[in-house]
Amino acid sequence: MEKFEKLQGVAAPMPLVNIDTDMIIPKIHLKSIKRTGFGKNLFDEMRYNRDGSEIGDFVLNKPQYRNAEILVAGDNFGCGSSREHAPWAIADFGIKCVVSTSFADIFFNNCFKNGILPVVLPQEQVDLLMEDAERGANARMTVDLEAQEITTSEGTVVPFEVDAFKKHCLLNGLDDIGLTMEKIDAIDAFEAKDSAARPWV
Amino acid sequence: MSPKTLYDKIWDAHVAHEADDGTCLLYIDRHLVHEVTSPQAFEGLRMTGRKVRAPEKTIAVPDHNVPTTAGREDPAQMTEESRIQVDALDVNAKEFGLQYYPMSDVRQGIVHIVGPEQGWTLPGMTVVCGDSHTATHGAFGSLAHGIGTSEVEHVLATQTLIQKKSKNMKVEITGKLKPGVTAKDITMAVIGETGTAGGTGYVIEYCGEAIRDLTMEGRMTVCNMAIEGGARAGLIAPDETTFDYVKGRAHAPKGGAFEQALEDWKTLFTDEGAHFDKVVTLKGEDIQPCVTWGTSPEDVLPITATVPAPEDFEGGKIEAARRSIDYMGLTPGQKLSEIEIDTVFIGSCTNGRIEDMRAVAEVVKGKKIKDGMRAMIVPGSGLVRAQAEEEGLAEIFEAAGFEWRLAGCSMCLAMNPDQLSENERCASTSNRNFEGRQGYKGRTHLVSPAMAAAAALTGRLTDVRDLM
Repeated sequence: MEKFEKLQGVAAPMPLVNIDTDMIIPKIHLKSIKRTGFGKNLFDEMRYNRDGSEIGDFVLNKPQYRNAEILVAGDNFGCGSSREHAPWAIADFGIKCVVSTSFADIFFNNCFKNGILPVVLPQEQVDLLMEDAERGANARMTVDLEAQEITTSEGTVVPFEVDAFKKHCLLNGLDDIGLTMEKIDAIDAFEAKDSAARPWV
Repeated sequence: MSPKTLYDKIWDAHVAHEADDGTCLLYIDRHLVHEVTSPQAFEGLRMTGRKVRAPEKTIAVPDHNVPTTAGREDPAQMTEESRIQVDALDVNAKEFGLQYYPMSDVRQGIVHIVGPEQGWTLPGMTVVCGDSHTATHGAFGSLAHGIGTSEVEHVLATQTLIQKKSKNMKVEITGKLKPGVTAKDITMAVIGETGTAGGTGYVIEYCGEAIRDLTMEGRMTVCNMAIEGGARAGLIAPDETTFDYVKGRAHAPKGGAFEQALEDWKTLFTDEGAHFDKVVTLKGEDIQPCVTWGTSPEDVLPITATVPAPEDFEGGKIEAARRSIDYMGLTPGQKLSEIEIDTVFIGSCTNGRIEDMRAVAEVVKGKKIKDGMRAMIVPGSGLVRAQAEEEGLAEIFEAAGFEWRLAGCSMCLAMNPDQLSENERCASTSNRNFEGRQGYKGRTHLVSPAMAAAAALTGRLTDVRDLM
């Protein structure tokens, strides 16, 4: 996984609440057996007409947001299906950070496995960042994971919380499986003890 | 020792390693696998030269893409991409030595129906699957939840999951349900109460008399939609109903081993005085047959209500409601029971079990569906289908005008050929009414099987109690 470097980029506003993973990547695009190439279908049904032409007023089709790297979104972002194709599509598009008041649990975890930082903030601060994002391409925010701060284009600093282990993995681009393999003795020991206690499992 | 919740007990029994910051490696007893969210995980194993650590605990079945029409072995029934996914599972299951139910096997079906049916899901277990509706298995008092594909690969390689513990939430349904009200209405009513993010960060334990009174099929329906309430998992403490269901299933323990397991399972309950971080209580007798009007499962109302107006809501929900009402082609103030529908879909991991089939048969027996109505019943597994045929239910369905299909996820998420067309309106027993979920611009109203059956007869959303 790529390391999460300090990020300075355009933030796109998506104030709609309950943006679900079917919206992020409709099932018709789940049929690949690869992890790449989903970016062109990110938000497919909101972004394109049926004939493949772009829907002009969708945020990521507007000139100022076409290269957005940050998304400021409404409550409960990423609800619904567990499909990791959703963060794959977001990452493939080039978005590395999503800000909301809340995320669905599975999506939230999936983000960290793919170098994306989901940031949870209180409503007031999401509103502040949303307002900044609405200014368009001149509003470049800075996301500093190390310092746990987002800085708006006007210099307002918004601190955020992040799980220490997840932060460590993102900053260093660490592979979870590799880390767990280092604890294989603990797993072996658990398995031996448990299969004696619960032989039916 | 301080009193523990059911979730605390299962969690504690599965921690293989705990780091100083509380990050745990949770041991996984059963890993269910389907064709859509697994190919990249197996590819990852190949690329790193890793093996599946516990193939005997890893169960695979194709369900999302499979056609549900007769003669589905014919490759022409699937798109090339769907076929590649199903073939990839076939290859991966054989190469890595998994427990496998291919499309041609009578036991094939929706992964969350096959697991319990075959006795893979047992009380006190941890169960994961690359599918959010893994919550279903919580009905057995097992800790079950959906994971992403990276986590699928992690579980395949290590039989563990990196987790932090969630908070405890209790949802109590007191008293008795009224006639015509089902498990589906309970779970929808709860989401109506808490919202789709109300359970975020929690594991829910459902309890109370109305839950105790449910069959295992009904309990699976309730837990299935815990995820729609935002919860990581839903749980119901196992009891005699659970043990009776499990006993004798293909992969359940037998004889002395069953007795030994039973002793353990009987300890799986929340201790008196255990702490819940959040409690929601509904009265069973207040719950009515429910229907969704919008494009989020929280957009739920009793069938006797009317379509709300955006102004009835607050904050970001005002715009979301406006968008939903427009997408659904409805008018605020319109009676829900006057909404005409084109299609009825009965099936899915929410409502594709034998009890659901029986509920439909009871409503439609000796009657005909509305002229021009497209109505399909998709059993959740080949064995549910066989049992429904044996009980004479299939004949009732076909005589009423339903299409009687083969097992699969089908129109719940429309990855196979079963899809809605633009603006087609469907009463569906599935779990999500998201935009485009059942087909591009398709319109979904979530209901119970009995309510779906009633709608098929009248051609509009209908209070099933009016037909009883």
